[in-house]
Parts: sequence; structure tokens; C-alpha cells
Amino acid sequence: MSQLLQIENLHAEVAGKEILKGLDLAVNAGEVHAIMGPNGAGKSTLSKVLAGAEDYVVTAGTIRYQGRDLAALSAEQRAAHGIFMGFQYPVEIPGVSNMMFLKAALNAQRKERGEPELDAGDFLAWVRHRVKQMKMDPAMLSRGVNQGFSGGEKKRNEILQMLVLEPRLMVLDETDSGLDIDALKIVADGINAMRSPERATILVTHYQRLLDHVQPDVVHVLAAGRIVKSGGPELARELEEKGYGWLQQAA
Amino acid sequence: MAANPSDIPVPAEGIEALVQNRKYAAGFVTDVESERIAPGLSEDVVRLISAKKQEPEWLLEFRLKAFRRWLSMREPHWAHVEHPRIDFQAITYWSAPKSMANRPKSLDEVDPKLIETYNKLGIPLKEQEMLAGVQNVAVDVVFDSVSVATTFKQKLADAGVIFCPISEAVREHPELVKKYLGSVVPFGDNYYAALNSAVFSDGSFVFVPKGVRCPMELSTYFRINERNTGQFERTLIICEDDAQVSYLEGCTAPQRDENQLHAAVVELVALDRAEIKYSTVQNWYPGDENGVGGIYNFVTKRGDCRGRASKISWTQVETGSAITWKYPSCILRGDDSVGEFYSVALTHHRQQADTGTKMIHLGRNTKSTIVSKGISAGHGQQAYRGLVRVLEKAEGARNHTQCDSLLIGDQCGAHTFPYTEIRNPTAIIEHEATTSKIADDQLFYCRARGIGEEDAVSMIVNGFCKDVFKELPMEFAVEAQKLLQVSLEGAVG
Ligand SMILES: Nc1ncnc2c1ncn2[C@@H]1O[C@H](COP(=O)(O)OP(=O)(O)OP(=O)(O)O)[C@@H](O)[C@H]1O
Ligand SMILES: [Mg+2]
Repeated sequence: MSQLLQIENLHAEVAGKEILKGLDLAVNAGEVHAIMGPNGAGKSTLSKVLAGAEDYVVTAGTIRYQGRDLAALSAEQRAAHGIFMGFQYPVEIPGVSNMMFLKAALNAQRKERGEPELDAGDFLAWVRHRVKQMKMDPAMLSRGVNQGFSGGEKKRNEILQMLVLEPRLMVLDETDSGLDIDALKIVADGINAMRSPERATILVTHYQRLLDHVQPDVVHVLAAGRIVKSGGPELARELEEKGYGWLQQAA
Repeated sequence: MAANPSDIPVPAEGIEALVQNRKYAAGFVTDVESERIAPGLSEDVVRLISAKKQEPEWLLEFRLKAFRRWLSMREPHWAHVEHPRIDFQAITYWSAPKSMANRPKSLDEVDPKLIETYNKLGIPLKEQEMLAGVQNVAVDVVFDSVSVATTFKQKLADAGVIFCPISEAVREHPELVKKYLGSVVPFGDNYYAALNSAVFSDGSFVFVPKGVRCPMELSTYFRINERNTGQFERTLIICEDDAQVSYLEGCTAPQRDENQLHAAVVELVALDRAEIKYSTVQNWYPGDENGVGGIYNFVTKRGDCRGRASKISWTQVETGSAITWKYPSCILRGDDSVGEFYSVALTHHRQQADTGTKMIHLGRNTKSTIVSKGISAGHGQQAYRGLVRVLEKAEGARNHTQCDSLLIGDQCGAHTFPYTEIRNPTAIIEHEATTSKIADDQLFYCRARGIGEEDAVSMIVNGFCKDVFKELPMEFAVEAQKLLQVSLEGAVG
């Protein structure tokens, strides 16, 4: 199995405050990793650092993706190279239709990769099929990006974007929060549909229930800016029972 | 897919290429010999302009009355703009290419350099048949003080539509011009309107008779070419009962260090059930990033819904000019008449805009809609100024105003001055206003999906303007999007 992502001794700060304090993580192609941990531990920070948010500054350590140093790549280049972050809080862009946004994103990525852009017809077919897969109302495509979407609809829309963009490394930050029971199942199906030997997924979550649908290979606990414990799927159940207190004392 | 401007993809060549090639693409100068009168303004100059145009006595009288009124008026200072005093004696009030002296009869006789100018600006002067599905557009082009050419005149005449330079209308249709000129914007209406009435040079005249739907879009392109020259365009559009027209206006000027004055008057008259749609994409030279040069665009535009159930709709995209002072308005005189104002104004660098509208409800059940989208970037300053006035007899009048500002960066400003005067208690007036910033999280969201920063900004701005762009004819909507994109170059990062 080839290593897709390798993070070593990562230190990162935002607004002058150090949040990640020597984080190590290695993810192989084909794997699903779950990251759990207390509020404010740095899970979203890690996701944003991976996606290339500029207000998060890496002060030490390295992130290697497909063997190359990520530091040299802008957010949009990372996206084109297959890194996808599902936002914990998806952003609204009024007046820009979902359809137009998806097309601009897909074609920008294809262009960056030197692939031909999809024309309107091919694109429509590409998207329609995935909208169906997510059991979304096609009318959502002509609405503004996340504009007036409910919390759950926004999360489902993130997964639709993921299906359309077909990334290689998926970092899904609490995509399960705010979903009703049926929607959770649909989102989980979407994530599972993307599982393949070339791809990897990092699921940031607080709850076991997503992991019931998407079997993780490895479960990590992120606390105070570091991975403090890693284990198999049973670790998540243990956390569900015991909480994080016992680990923080250990760390 | 429907003609929805925000579904138009970001141009494939990308913003970088656009910026390098375009910047202010219309900034070139055409090298033609011009006949111009000496700078300065006096009664003699007014008489000279009128004589050059071989105008009838009544029009000279109109000009002289306006000039005398202007002398007694003061420059308005209430607008939220700042500029050095304008020296009206330093401006040339008449300039025309020499080749136009003996009025070319057809396009073939027009100086090729002039034709080339419009080709460069992407304005078709040939009456070629367009591709299937694309509507023909008849064009009148005004170069400094004269109209150079008008296309499709014959085809329009067959439909009964008059579309010609206003100077020609004075000669050929004096009774119409005399009846309507100054009937919407009186010669003493305001300082710049009085100035225009005294010295106006050329502009377009449109007359659509009873029951006729104009068979194609009409448009006028205004070009200022000469140095130190003011342009005082005068446009008059009349739609008789049940007539309809859609008219587009575009404007450009060379890139110069000096400020130039453009003081236009546009009058629209809609009779019973007539509909006039007037769209502007204003791209006068805006000055450089330090505020040197650029056009002062001081314009009076007003439509009179004189007939029952008539409708006048203004759509403007204002991206150019150093200073814009402009309030396209509607007088809703006829019962059940409708007035609309859709505006996108963008100010970048040191540009200033004070723009908005007036909706004057006189008739019963009159309805007005105002949608104003202001975008400020760099040190741009912008004010929305709107008046909704409902008079005693306007039973059941309604107005809806939506006024949104978008700020890019923290050096720019947006201000809103909504005025309402309601003298009939049955009126229903709604006003919504928002001010927002292009948030970093919006930009990051786009970038995290692979969309580059400049494209992301232009996408977000286009989304913000969607409600206005959808009112524009398709070709203009595309043009407007491109202009915004170019005008916003360097606004972030
Ligand atoms: N822009 C910022 N300015 C200041 N502090 C920040 C900023 N962004 C994040 N932080 C802080 O960094 C810490 C880690 O935040 P992060 O969002 O990564 O936590 P998290 O593990 O995702 O928490 P949760 O489970 O609640 O989502 C928090 O203490 C947060 O307040
Ligand atoms: Mg978080």
C-alpha cells in the first residue's frame, strides 16, 4: 500500500496562537481514518491546513502528499491535485448557482491538470447522476450555493461536490453533524461510493454513528494539537463510553 | 439553458490574460483631423453651435434660454463626490471629424479611420446578417459632437420606426422634436441639464409609432476622442400608444491625464401601454489608480410614463468614469404605470459614484421597483441616493427598493441615502438595504474547490449583481460581466 499523506511534527498557528503542536499522521491509499477529539483540539485547524487556508501558518514540520511537499501548492492547486475538504460550516455564496459553481470548480481543476474542460451537456449528465445518488432535489442546483440551505442540506451538498470533483484525499470535517438519520445514511453511502484503493478518507467526527456506516481502518484521538492515541475501530467505541478525560490525563 | 448571466462560465482565457490585454482596452486615440471651436462658453458659442447644425430659430431660442438660465445657476454640491472646480471656459464645446463636414450619405462614405475605431471597440457598423438566432442590433455612433453613422435605418423605417441622430431629426421631423424636446427634462431642470440644453451636440432620436414593436434592439455608442472636449449628448425616445422599444447605450473614451466632462440629457416618453427599456453599459475612462484623469459623467436621465399602464425600465451598469452623478428617474403619471430601476455601480481605485433614482408616483396604482447593487473596491467611494415620492392622487402606489452594497477591502466606502415623501396613506413602500464584504471564508471556499482567487472574486461579484444582469439583453450581460472582471483587477490580494 502506498502512502498518500504523511504529516510529520506539524506545528501551525492562527492569529499568532499555536494550535497544532507537533502532529504526526500517516494515511495510506485505500484507508479510512477517523479523527476524534475534544472541542477546540485542532481538528478543523488540521483540515484547513491541509486544504491550504492562508490564515493558518505552518511554523514547523512537513506535510507530504503523494510524495511531494504540500507547502508549495496554493489552495486551488491542492484541490486540482485531489485534496478535498468537506467544510464543518459550508459557506453561502448568494446569486452564484450551485450548478455554475460546480462547473467552474470542476473545469478549473481539469484545466490545472491539463485535461480538457467539460462542455455544458457532458457536465449536466455528470452532475445529474450524482444529484440522484445524493437523493437531492435537482432544483437545488439552480439555487445559490448553500443559499438558505438547512444545516443538513449544506452537508449533503458538500458530499455532492465531492462526488462531482472525484478527489483522491477526502478530509471531511464533521460532515455527519446536523444530519437526520436518513441523510446520514445517504452521506455515508456517498463516502463509501468513493472508497477505492487509490483514495483515502479522513473523517473528523464526534460520534460513533457515522463510523457504523463507514468502517474506519484507523481511529485517532487529536487532543491539544497532537495525535495522542491511535487504534482500530474499537477505539471509537471506547471513546463513546469513556469520553476523553482519561486520555488527556495520560497526555 | 435559459439566458441566465451567472451561468455564463468565466472566460476561458482567464483573468490574467484579460487583464494584460484589456486593462482599459478602449483607451486608444483615433488620429483624425477635427474641426473644433476654441475653448470657452458664451452666447456666441451657443449661436455658433446652432449655426453649424443649421438649426431652426425655435431651437436656437431653446438653447439661449437654457444658457441664460445656466448663467444664473450654481453648480450642485450636495452629491457625495469631490472634485476640483470645473473651468467651463477651458472646455471645447464642439469638435467633429473634418470628414464629417459634408455629411456622408452612406457608410461607404464615412472615413475608414472612424469605422476602424468602432471595429476596435467591437461595435458592428456593417449591416451584415448575424448568425441565426442572434438578433440584429441597429447602431447609431456618436463621435465627439457628431453622429457618424446609423445602421439599419431603412429596415426600421419600413416598420415605421425613426432612429436617427437628433440633429437629423431636427431637420427631418421638426414637429416631433419640438413637441417632446425638454418636455421631460425642462431646460432649467438642473445645472448640468441647463448646460446641456444650451450646448448639446448630438445623440439619438427614436420614435416608435402607435402599435409598433420595434423589430430590433437599438443602440448608441458614445465616444469622446478629442482632448479638452466636452460631450453633451441629447437623446430623445418616444413610444406612442402600445409601442415598444429596447434601447442600449455604451460609452468609452481615450485614456488621458485630464478630466473630461460628459453632461448628457436623456428624455423618454411612453404613451398609453407603451414600454421603453433603456439599458446602459457605461465604461468611460475611469482615471488611473491614483485618480489622475477620467471622465466626469454628470447625466440627467428621466422617463415620463405619460400614458396609462405604460412602463419604463432603466438598467445601468456603471463601471467607468472618474465621477458619476446620475439618477435615471421615472415620472409615473399615467394610472397603472410601472417604473423600474436596476443598477450595478462599481467604483475601484479613486472612482466616485453618486447614483440612484427618483420614482415620482402621480397616477393611481402606479408601481415602482428599485434594485441597486453597489460594489466598492480600492479607495472607491459610492453613494446610493434614491427618492420615492407618492403624491396625493396616487392611490394604491407601491414601491419596492432593494439596495445592497458590497465592499472589497477596507479603504472603500458605501453610503445609502434613501428619501421617501408619502402624501397618500394607501401607499405601500418597502425598503431593504444590506452591506456586506466579500468574506475571506467565501474566497477560501471557492479556492478549496479549485477556483482561483480572481475568478472567485468575479464569480462572487457576479452573483451579487445577478438580479440586475438578468434585466440586460444577453450580449450586454456578457459584456457587463467582462467589464466587472477587468475593473476589479487587483482588488484582492
Ligand atoms: N481564527 C482564529 N483565531 C483565533 N483562534 C482560533 C482561530 N481559529 C481557530 N482558533 C482556535 O483554535 C482552536 C482549535 O480550533 P478548531 O476549530 O481546530 O477545533 P476543533 O478541534 O475543530 O473543535 P470542534 O470539535 O469544536 O470543531 C480553538 O481554540 C479555536 O478557538
Ligand atoms: Mg471543528
